[in-house]
Amino acid sequence: MAKVPGVRYVAKNMRVDLELIASMVAPGTRVLDIGCGDGALIEHLFRTKGCDARGIEIDMAVVTRAVAHGLPVMQGDADTDLSHYPDHAFDYVILSRTLQAVEQPREVLRQMLRIGTRAIVSFPNFGHWSLRWQLLVTGRMPMTKTWARMWYETPNIHPCTIRDFFVLCQAEGYSVEQWLAADEAGRRAPWRRWPMLANLFGEQGLFLLRRSSGEGPPH
Amino acid sequence: MDITPLPEITHQSLRIRQPLPLDCGIVLDGVTIAYRTYGTLNAARSNAILVCHALTGDQYVAETHPLTGKPGWWNGLVGPGLPVDTERYFVICANVLGGCMGSTGPRSPRDDNRAEPWGIDFPPITIQDMVRAQKMLIDELRIERLFAVIGGSMGGMQVLAWAALYPDAVFASLPIATAAYHSAQNIAFHEVGRQAILGDPDFREGRYWEQGVIPAQGLAVARMTAHITYLSEAALSRKFGRRIQGGSEVGGALFGERFAVESYLEHQGSSFVRRFDANSYLSITRAMDFFDLAADYGGSLAAAFRNTRTRFLLVSFSSDWLFPTAESRVIARALNQVAANISFVEIVSDKGHDAFLLDEPDFSRTVAGFLAGSAVAAGI
Repeated sequence: MAKVPGVRYVAKNMRVDLELIASMVAPGTRVLDIGCGDGALIEHLFRTKGCDARGIEIDMAVVTRAVAHGLPVMQGDADTDLSHYPDHAFDYVILSRTLQAVEQPREVLRQMLRIGTRAIVSFPNFGHWSLRWQLLVTGRMPMTKTWARMWYETPNIHPCTIRDFFVLCQAEGYSVEQWLAADEAGRRAPWRRWPMLANLFGEQGLFLLRRSSGEGPPH
Repeated sequence: MDITPLPEITHQSLRIRQPLPLDCGIVLDGVTIAYRTYGTLNAARSNAILVCHALTGDQYVAETHPLTGKPGWWNGLVGPGLPVDTERYFVICANVLGGCMGSTGPRSPRDDNRAEPWGIDFPPITIQDMVRAQKMLIDELRIERLFAVIGGSMGGMQVLAWAALYPDAVFASLPIATAAYHSAQNIAFHEVGRQAILGDPDFREGRYWEQGVIPAQGLAVARMTAHITYLSEAALSRKFGRRIQGGSEVGGALFGERFAVESYLEHQGSSFVRRFDANSYLSITRAMDFFDLAADYGGSLAAAFRNTRTRFLLVSFSSDWLFPTAESRVIARALNQVAANISFVEIVSDKGHDAFLLDEPDFSRTVAGFLAGSAVAAGI
């Protein structure tokens, strides 16, 4: 797990969180995991679902550990390296708890849905009630277990809420095939049908997106 | 300084039955490839790993060298229980075409009827020619598919050429500290070395053996220049700094004191000329200089790897300025363009290009892990 100070992407944690993502992936498919950390998810997808799963990770020390563990992981940057992949190279492109840390989230999403048929995106929800409450009461940037660094040193430079993400998907023309809110440990939360409640009580959002049939996203 | 060439000995070798057509258009008959093997080929003939050596390396990768008495050049990586595990894999290492350790090269007789060596007239060879000769060896050994091909520097160039020329014959490919083309800077350093050899009065237009001499001075200077490019400023500082080490036999007051780094380079030069043939050095450096894999595929490196199913591990070293990480990244991007299965790491080391030959625990772990993962995927 990336715990080095100054690392740009937040550390991955919690097997439960990864299992939720894995449950969205069909067996025997081609998968690219962006910001794969130590490769726990790609190993899980290879072993339990027979997927051809590969990873990109920005932190070189973490990449070295993943490769030494026998996993196909390359050092690379979500913001710059996705453009080198061909169209439709993967069935799923996964971005787990990394969207808020990239420089150009909208462009990264476009690239994901260019090189993959589907995208799976999870992110910490900035609309959670505890964050709203802290901001209201203290008037300062909220600090929680997920948002644990001061505003001037956080790698999470593009926080968004579950509702924000729905709006972006609509604007970009992505169809949301599945979505759910989960708590910090990755346990599924029960607000499946009510985005407003999910946005208030879900600590993270998890989305399965697909390119809308016909037209690609507007450029 | 003792520069007597080491005695020529007989190396384990195999004579290739079919002719070898070279990129230059010339066809070589009766090519001999000297090689060594370690470990046992399994019944399915599926556990073979080919190791490709660098510019001045040879087939003695994992054993004491029969001429120099030095340990195998990759004896920290290849051997029983090591990352390239000879208890698990059948490891093959061949002296390159153009070499001087038993394979056909400038020191070989022109043909069966003429004992006169090729010398400077040896046909210009390419990295791809070396690989085609290795493929013929692998065919003779009745191995259809190599489990892996691994090599650093010029060895890495051969690994890339293997993946491009024979994609179905390579399951896993490990180009280490290398590039898909030789840079202008690298060509420039090679040219300094070649000029030193060509300018040595004992070179005798490449026919030095006729007079019983060798262009020792020129070849030593070539080696010294090249050796600097294999190291890093940090490594030289750590090893020698500005330390003074004794005096010199020549030059009087001006050279009354010598830096330790000078003695070190001189030693590198003089021990090299005893084991390496000058014409071979010219031949092989030229092959490296002309290596530009993309050029064979309309200028697109990605096209060289189109539809590849080979798994790749690219490794670079942070202080390597001869084959910097940026050049490995060029290869990585080309492989991304064809959605190849690729692992890519840069190992942090201050030892320069040489790092790939030295004990770097992260590098060893990376190779071991990649091979283990590939073995699972290959079902061996």
